[in-house]
Amino acid sequence: MSPTNNDKTLFRVLVYDLSARRGDIALVPGRGEVIGGSGLAALLYEKYGLPGAAPFDPGQPLIFAIGPATGYFPLMSKTVCGFKSPYNGNYAESHAGGRSALALRFAGFDALVLTGRAERLSTLVVGSRRIELLDVHYLRGADVFTTGKLLRKIAAGASGHRSILRIGPAGENGSAYACINVDTYRHFGRLGAGAVMGAKNCKALVVMGDGDLPLPEDKAYPKLFKDIHEKVTSSGMMEKYHDLGTPANVLPLNALKSLPWRNLSATSDPEADKISGEAFAEKLLMHNAACAGCPVGCIHVGMVREMFSSSHRFAIHQVAYDHEPNFAVGPMLGVTDPSEVLAINDMADRQGLDVISAGVALAWAVEATQKGLVSEKETEVKLAFGDAAAFKRAMWLIGHKANDFYAALGQGALVAAKAYGGEDFACVLGQEMAGYATGETYFASQTVSFRHSHLDTGAYSYDQKHKEKDVEKVVRFLVDDERERVLLTCLVACLFAREVYKPDVVAQVLTCLGLPELAAGIDAAAENARRARWRLKMATGYDPRATRIPKRFAEIETWKGPVDAAYMEALRAGYAEAVLSLGSPRPAV
Amino acid sequence: MKVHRALRMERCIGCHSCSLACARLVYKSFSWNTAGIRIRSTGGVSSGFQAVLCLACDPAPCAAACPTGAMAPRKSGGGVLLKKSLCVQCGKCAAACPVEAINLDAGGNPNVCVHCGQCIPFCPHDCLELVEAAAPAAPCLESCHVADK
Repeated sequence: MSPTNNDKTLFRVLVYDLSARRGDIALVPGRGEVIGGSGLAALLYEKYGLPGAAPFDPGQPLIFAIGPATGYFPLMSKTVCGFKSPYNGNYAESHAGGRSALALRFAGFDALVLTGRAERLSTLVVGSRRIELLDVHYLRGADVFTTGKLLRKIAAGASGHRSILRIGPAGENGSAYACINVDTYRHFGRLGAGAVMGAKNCKALVVMGDGDLPLPEDKAYPKLFKDIHEKVTSSGMMEKYHDLGTPANVLPLNALKSLPWRNLSATSDPEADKISGEAFAEKLLMHNAACAGCPVGCIHVGMVREMFSSSHRFAIHQVAYDHEPNFAVGPMLGVTDPSEVLAINDMADRQGLDVISAGVALAWAVEATQKGLVSEKETEVKLAFGDAAAFKRAMWLIGHKANDFYAALGQGALVAAKAYGGEDFACVLGQEMAGYATGETYFASQTVSFRHSHLDTGAYSYDQKHKEKDVEKVVRFLVDDERERVLLTCLVACLFAREVYKPDVVAQVLTCLGLPELAAGIDAAAENARRARWRLKMATGYDPRATRIPKRFAEIETWKGPVDAAYMEALRAGYAEAVLSLGSPRPAV
Repeated sequence: MKVHRALRMERCIGCHSCSLACARLVYKSFSWNTAGIRIRSTGGVSSGFQAVLCLACDPAPCAAACPTGAMAPRKSGGGVLLKKSLCVQCGKCAAACPVEAINLDAGGNPNVCVHCGQCIPFCPHDCLELVEAAAPAAPCLESCHVADK
């Protein structure tokens, strides 16, 4: 039996100081106040973070947190990463699955906090009976796949029950949107967690889920598990995620004039059927995979067959795909061959780049090229919509920070635009846009919301169902919807499970896990966690009122007609005020 | 008598629902190790998954290696049953297994598939099956079996 924490109100946290090469196991109170996951990451940043210091300050923590239901129920399979973002300087979160969540659970920790900076490039190995920092200086510059392969030997053991979190050249080189790759197919994708890891001289974190834990004592547990498992596997509830997956969105979005094309110069195109979810499934889909603890298997893995020699010699690349990466290097870059979309995605992945930001940043670079703001002197390769070979090369150049231009582009499209011109057409909503040009609600939401993510609220869905213009109603929807999602990211459930884990089911889950008081006070705890996140974002410099939506977003047409710039601005301002109030300091006691 | 076969592992998505079910329902544990079936990748997730479980050897080398008779052959059909009260946690059974199907927990207690089939309904891709021990099937199906027309 692994060392366990018998007091369920305490979080068992490994705080590892990479500078000192020592770990400390802390028992941190607060389960009833912050639940876990998002709430726990915020709590730990409050405890260990340096809100006023730079994101790359060695003292900044890089936090990985799971929740009370992790592993105990289906789709409770995600980990929350909390950190100060090099992209925007704010406290930020990024979420990923793979095996990370269950590996942390079975290693016996609710959270892992990395502080300090390793003297040499290192890998931290954590298991239920192992904490070890390995010198891996020889992995400097290695791409994420080579790193993964070598680490399976370097940190051997717990095969199948081990999670390997690693960075590529982009993370080592400090790109503000470098990601952390998790178990090949998943990512802590957005806002630059990979660069924070790189600044710590930490190439990888290997978590071995090699401990055993006691089964919940509640006799209702096996039955409740079975009921939820049947709900997610037997009903059509999860169909869209495991059938075509999220790329099923392409044709409906295109039909609704809501799919961003060629740096958002258009919102629909007759070529959409070439890169539809159906096209990917028919031509390239090899197999599905799942995060540990999730029977849905939403990970779609496609095959790229690359002929690298004219004498019919081939290399095979297996590339996980989803709507967002497909959009960012597909329609946004004018690329409509699914194989080429995956090949560009593969190159971005190898660098350890957030492919959404990298693709959207390159879309800006193409338009900047067209307008004469930059030339091949800066870009090294001629960037043109549809030229997949050029984009593959450009992904490598961003990952390797090849020159001043790519160094700037690796900090974000808006950073490059500030240096070279073209801010009006940088498709940045807090960070590079996700694949929804659905209209005013979504643009305002991504701009202001906590993670600047399409998953912060259901705004993209709201846009597709509502034509009326009612600022108050929309802001109320955004505020309410965020709270429901924060509850799930505290547990930590996959957000695809939001139709399953409704409040009454969450209450049953927590009661079953021996947390009846938390079950009774779950709404207040979720609200508390949500506000803690916002307070931290503001303590690290965020002013929602200062956000701006670039001009390009007011120049397009959706199914509702031309975007109403005044209405969009009213939504942005209205949501910003609501957020300001959510992040207001705690009243003095 | 039936034996448990992982017949269609080409379909496995690596969700570990089977291991978690076995731990939960058979070994009364919350674990992906303390289970009679465990899922490994065969060299990273891009190379596919392998189920590690008892292949119902007959005679069973684990039973032959057991010094106390705790690991005893089932009456028919291959496979073993574990009598916990007789087990001295020596680990000989695990060492004798040719496919590493027996897990030893932190206390040295063996965990082995008892061919009960309780994990099977939790597999979302129908990889697992209980088959008649009297008509033994090879431990695979899709790759090497052509259905009768």
